[in-house]
Amino acid sequence: MEIPYTIEAHPETGLNNGKIGIWLFLASEVMLFGALFATFIMLRLGADGNWGAMQEEAELNVPLATLNTAVLIGSSLTMVMAWASLMRGQLARFRLFGWATVGCGGIFLVIKYFEYTAKFAHDHYPESNTFLAIYFAMTGLHALHVIGGMAWNAYFAGPGSKLFHRNRQWLTDRVEHSGLFWHFVDLIWIFLFPVFYLL
Amino acid sequence: MAEPVQASHAHEKHHDEQSFWRKFIFSTDHKVIGVQYSMTGLAFLLFGFALMMLMRWQLAYPGEPIPFVGSLFGDNRAPGGIMLPDFYNELGAMHGTIMVFLGVVPLAVGGFGNFVMPLQLGAPDMAFPRINMLSYWFLFLGGVTMFASFFLPNGAAGNGWTSYSPLADIALNGQSAWLIGMIFLITSSLLGAVNFITTAVQLRAPGLTWMRLPFFCWAQIVTAFLLLLAFPPLEAAGVLQLMDRIANTSFFIPEGLVVGGEVLERSGGGSPLLWQHLFWFLAHPEVYVLILPAMGIVAEVIANNSRKPLWGYRSLVYSLVFLGFMSFLVWAHHMFITGMGSVMSTFFQTTTMIISIPSVIILSALFISLWGGSIRFNTPMLFALGFLPMFGIGGLTGLPLGLSAADIPLHDTYYVIGHFHYVVAPGTLFALFAGIYYWFPKVTGRKMNEFLGKLHFWPSFVFMNGVFFPMLIQGLNGVSRRLADGGVTYDFAGDVTGLNVMMSVSAWCLALAQIPFIINFFMSIRNGEKAGRNPWNSTTLEWLAPSPAPHGNFDQPIVVKRGPYEYSVPGSDQDFVPQADLVKT
Repeated sequence: MEIPYTIEAHPETGLNNGKIGIWLFLASEVMLFGALFATFIMLRLGADGNWGAMQEEAELNVPLATLNTAVLIGSSLTMVMAWASLMRGQLARFRLFGWATVGCGGIFLVIKYFEYTAKFAHDHYPESNTFLAIYFAMTGLHALHVIGGMAWNAYFAGPGSKLFHRNRQWLTDRVEHSGLFWHFVDLIWIFLFPVFYLL
Repeated sequence: MAEPVQASHAHEKHHDEQSFWRKFIFSTDHKVIGVQYSMTGLAFLLFGFALMMLMRWQLAYPGEPIPFVGSLFGDNRAPGGIMLPDFYNELGAMHGTIMVFLGVVPLAVGGFGNFVMPLQLGAPDMAFPRINMLSYWFLFLGGVTMFASFFLPNGAAGNGWTSYSPLADIALNGQSAWLIGMIFLITSSLLGAVNFITTAVQLRAPGLTWMRLPFFCWAQIVTAFLLLLAFPPLEAAGVLQLMDRIANTSFFIPEGLVVGGEVLERSGGGSPLLWQHLFWFLAHPEVYVLILPAMGIVAEVIANNSRKPLWGYRSLVYSLVFLGFMSFLVWAHHMFITGMGSVMSTFFQTTTMIISIPSVIILSALFISLWGGSIRFNTPMLFALGFLPMFGIGGLTGLPLGLSAADIPLHDTYYVIGHFHYVVAPGTLFALFAGIYYWFPKVTGRKMNEFLGKLHFWPSFVFMNGVFFPMLIQGLNGVSRRLADGGVTYDFAGDVTGLNVMMSVSAWCLALAQIPFIINFFMSIRNGEKAGRNPWNSTTLEWLAPSPAPHGNFDQPIVVKRGPYEYSVPGSDQDFVPQADLVKT
């Protein structure tokens, strides 16, 4: 049995099921990170002016984070290129850009790893103060999202790309949806970077 | 366009060759998943009820050994069969958690929503059948985690179903398992909610416009939005509390917290109030997750058995949507005594008064729907009619709690317990029973027994009130809900503690009253009266499918021509006109 509008768009909404599904999922993600940003605000307001001191003591590495921001923005670019390649029917180029996206995610995580270990080396743990606690909680959850997006994209660039020969449109749609998720994860970082490193 | 090929499609072509595992355990059919959800929900409702029956013994006869089963709990819970206060707390916390997250939600949303909604939409299945399966198995994992936590060395979570910090941050019991279980349950609800909304938007049959949608579907859609948007903040809060417990962070721990006479060695700087805000931001919409599907079921049953269109269908729908929206703006009325400030209290008591308006509209419209109908008093209708006054009592007793000044003396008393149990127990549970009796023929192809059904309803109705009405009296007398001995050692509890015996006996009789239901349920699967496609002469689309419906649901094309409740249409040769014309019978 076939579910209607899995691939073709619904005549009234103009969207297929997956597109609606991913947007709804992203809405729930906004609430998830929204709650964490609200927590950040409550903790910062409740710190009685000690927040700046805690932030300074944490010595977050702004140049590394700037590099990471560039890496993630670059990965959004390769993500769009991967999708555009599929739209043009270029499988090899799609796979190239797909793996490039996964690779950028990998570079991001490696840099994040060096940042984390530098903190641990200075005895800066989540338990040290509330700034570090929310820093590790939010960037950690974001990193989990990056890993999820990488797995998703790696699947389509790898074994999932076989779908190209059976149903190109379907693969293109699914890559578009995973791209929406990837851009969202990117966007979260665009908020995290100034909130923790610059403000 | 080529046919999409995927794992779940490969077996469709060999329908008869589906293995037992694919057909009944790892099924992608929304009806099988709906039944899985329902059975899981019913089993947990029974389990949660059993926990409560133990607590009721301690409340009625504090310090006396629990009869029959007292020796099973071991010396660290009930030495000599006498319940320790810690064990009481564990039972209380897990009763609330299990009833809400593993009992009512899986049955009302996962069970009824999954089984009925695609049928009422005229859809072949949910939009994402495999995600649907995944969502059930996340629920299952969550249930297993919660159940298994009873066997941890220090027992299951015992910090109330609200898990207030800082107690829950530092308690030595199974709170971490509770949090992990909740994360599974939340994931399950999120996947389900995405699926429900997408299905309702995309897969309605041709001609089924939004204003022709049965009220039950509207209720499920609004519920799905609540689950989608209200649950993630609790997921965030759960992760933070887990970090407080495991990574020694201080999200919810203030500076200089003294535990057992010593200052706790934590960095501090966190806010216990933050947990309450994040928790109630979920948990107030959650209240509507519990009640909206129930209203949907009652609306279907009342329209069908009064043989009349629902009165004020559009007002009902608009009220429902408004209710869903407002439910995000009332959460802090649970927190009037936290000292959050009178400005906040003013805001939240205003929104709380506003949200009562659509609830009253819905209840009134359902009552007015009965006026002038030729009512059939069958079992589903009895339960639906029972719902109306019970939810009325539950709703009206909630008004004083929504006003800060009245809430302050009533907060944390048995009055609160009485209030929300009237909403959820004789309210929602009666509606769910109505739904079970009503849709049972569609699931199994057979009706449940009417005599046993009435034998289930009348005692349940009497004993439900026997349990919950005295709670309102006790609460108005100021009996706190947190007393492990029902108040006998507290002077202020006064002369109303004697009611505990009556309430406990009612609770045990209520358990006996469920025996006819259990017998009826299992007997009717094989021996019930055979039902055709449409045993209740109903109008909505699910009754056009065969009973039981095959994988893919409909054996004929569905083109909707009418609204959902065309009963007793003048000039028609029978007293109901289905939404779509039946081609095959």
